[in-house]
Amino acid sequence: MSLELQGIGLRDVRGAVIDDVSLVLERGSMTVLLGPTLSGKTTLMRLMAGLDRPTSGRVLLDGNDVTDVPVRKRSVAMVYQQFVNYPSLSVYENIASPLRVAGLPKAEIEARVQEAAKLLRLEGMLERSPAQLSGGQQQRTAIARALVKRADLVLLDEPLANLDYKLREELREQLPLIFAESNAILVYATTEPTEALLLGGRTVTLWEGRVTQHGVTHAVYREPANLHAAAVFSDPPLNRLGLEKSGALLRLPGGRQAPSVGVMANLPDGPYTIGFRCENASVGEGGGLSFPGTVAVTEVNGSESFVHVNVGFATWVCLMPGVHDLEPGEAASVHIDMGRVFAFDGSGALAGSPAMARSA
Amino acid sequence: MARITLDGVGHAYGTARGGAPSYALKPMHHVWEQGRAYALLGPSGCGKTTLLNIISGLVIPSEGRLLFDDRDVTRLPTEQRNIAQVFQFPVIYDTMTVAQNLAFPLRNRKLDPGAIRQRVAEVADMLNLTADLPRRARGLTADAKQKISLGRGLVRSDVAAVLFDEPLTVIDPSLKWELRSKLKAVHRALDLLMIYVTHDQVEALTFADEVVVMKDGAVLQIASPAALFERPEHTFVGYFIGSPGMNLVPAEISGSLAHVAGQTIQLAARFGALQGSTVLGFRPDYTQLARGGGLSVQIRRIEDLGRRRLARVSVGPHEIFATVPEGLSFEDDRAGLLIDPAHLFVYADDRIVDGRQERDVAV
Repeated sequence: MSLELQGIGLRDVRGAVIDDVSLVLERGSMTVLLGPTLSGKTTLMRLMAGLDRPTSGRVLLDGNDVTDVPVRKRSVAMVYQQFVNYPSLSVYENIASPLRVAGLPKAEIEARVQEAAKLLRLEGMLERSPAQLSGGQQQRTAIARALVKRADLVLLDEPLANLDYKLREELREQLPLIFAESNAILVYATTEPTEALLLGGRTVTLWEGRVTQHGVTHAVYREPANLHAAAVFSDPPLNRLGLEKSGALLRLPGGRQAPSVGVMANLPDGPYTIGFRCENASVGEGGGLSFPGTVAVTEVNGSESFVHVNVGFATWVCLMPGVHDLEPGEAASVHIDMGRVFAFDGSGALAGSPAMARSA
Repeated sequence: MARITLDGVGHAYGTARGGAPSYALKPMHHVWEQGRAYALLGPSGCGKTTLLNIISGLVIPSEGRLLFDDRDVTRLPTEQRNIAQVFQFPVIYDTMTVAQNLAFPLRNRKLDPGAIRQRVAEVADMLNLTADLPRRARGLTADAKQKISLGRGLVRSDVAAVLFDEPLTVIDPSLKWELRSKLKAVHRALDLLMIYVTHDQVEALTFADEVVVMKDGAVLQIASPAALFERPEHTFVGYFIGSPGMNLVPAEISGSLAHVAGQTIQLAARFGALQGSTVLGFRPDYTQLARGGGLSVQIRRIEDLGRRRLARVSVGPHEIFATVPEGLSFEDDRAGLLIDPAHLFVYADDRIVDGRQERDVAV
């Protein structure tokens, strides 16, 4: 079974909210919608579910046009960022509710609820009311309800966003395992790159209502097709450097020049934006392309330090292993390994990457 | 500007009849110094918000005294405490301009217009709000509005403390980086006592000079971010700080040996007889997977997190997270686990135990 979006668009008074989105999602697959707030994740999910009707394009289920089929006639389950449970029903009845609506026999309901409760570690809590549960348990109840329904399409809209950090970490770990068993089409919206990497599957990056890339999650991370996809898939934010290639030279901000090496070596002349993640820039000692700067701020997080360095035309975030307390204002130079960065051309499309440089 | 002293401050929401009081915050002693940044970190229900509310005056503690410098403010209402607060969601006036919003706390204090303009410009500059100053707040994004809230919290230089209650909740991940670093830079520049409540360890570790880790109404450890990571004094601190948290594996300790699921680990120190349940604690960051050597483990799963690879392995019934060195691959599911002895700790009934250092212990 598959869900296919064909040139889906949604316009409202503000203009295009979703712009010409085409995707094919297969049964038994997990697709992550990755993008910042207001990039169209929730809107796209509502269109997939049939909660909203697109103003252009078609939605196909197994090749059948379901664009005009309302949500109640489709097999869809949805989990929202805000936990939604029936406050007057027990946890058991909350999980069982879609099965009761469907009129399943009692024994079948019992079996499915117990199975879902076990997966989501809610066994001891089935007789409680949602108000007696922690936030994490309430959201697990909502997820269990989506799971027992065995819907063809399961949509999870930032399901962990309202949970405590540690709970999020644990559920994030468990969710892929829980859903690996179901044979549904799973769609998971998040703003967080780390979450996408942990969930695996395939990732669709979204930017202002448009799909900027769709592919295997780790491949998208390693080879973002354009500047928007790279930006959405970087945390800390992607560092950028605008430059101009001219023959064997790179013209850098401030009138400096440097040899055109690494991913830039075989590219045609013209303007480029170099995008690099924090781990591909070192502070202090190091080779590669160097930029003098001053420390803006240092953030120590466990065994790593994130050093924000102001290089005059930009402030970059660099990762240093270990604990370093560099003082603001302190001189610090940033070294970029040009063999490990991405080069985007004037239109923002990926022109050079480590993988491309290797195969060249 | 002030120093805040918590002198046996605690809070019980009603006392069970004839029984022990049920504490939302167990009595604690601590001094918060002028000019420093503190984070109150813990899961929901740990008491961090109760503590913040006691400082702001929303809650009068059932025990103890709260001092701002030498003044007892335990029972004073919020408006007499001279504090600034920033909440989870933006609290601003939509019909005012950004500049008027920032100036509001100063106008209320009847500062002269020149001083107000100067201070508003200074704070706006720090938060990159200068271009927005003449704009109406209505119509700005949630992020921009929260930036204004932060600015309003920081605009008064005469406050005893600035309190932040999970201020980055509504902010997108990429902007969190910007705001967190701004906040830290502002703190450096303004010499204010800041207290920041969060459940997010990244925010706590990156922002604060000292972090107060709390659970079930009790303070478990107060220390610098580095110390919390490098040497957690309580198993919960080990678990809660770090992502994933510290590996905590039940072990039998005899002398300088630890026995885990039928295997033996050499410790860097010797331990006497220990009371209670004993656990080894070691962080995934200081635990490496290898082709062989060390503890013999079974690989369950290897996750590629972009910057690093993390393995979930098992030893008997215990699950352990370890770092997978770059480029290393495995033919089957057997591997060795190498734990850095300098970062391996022994806990008895959840509290860290110091062993006696031995010179000739081979590691």
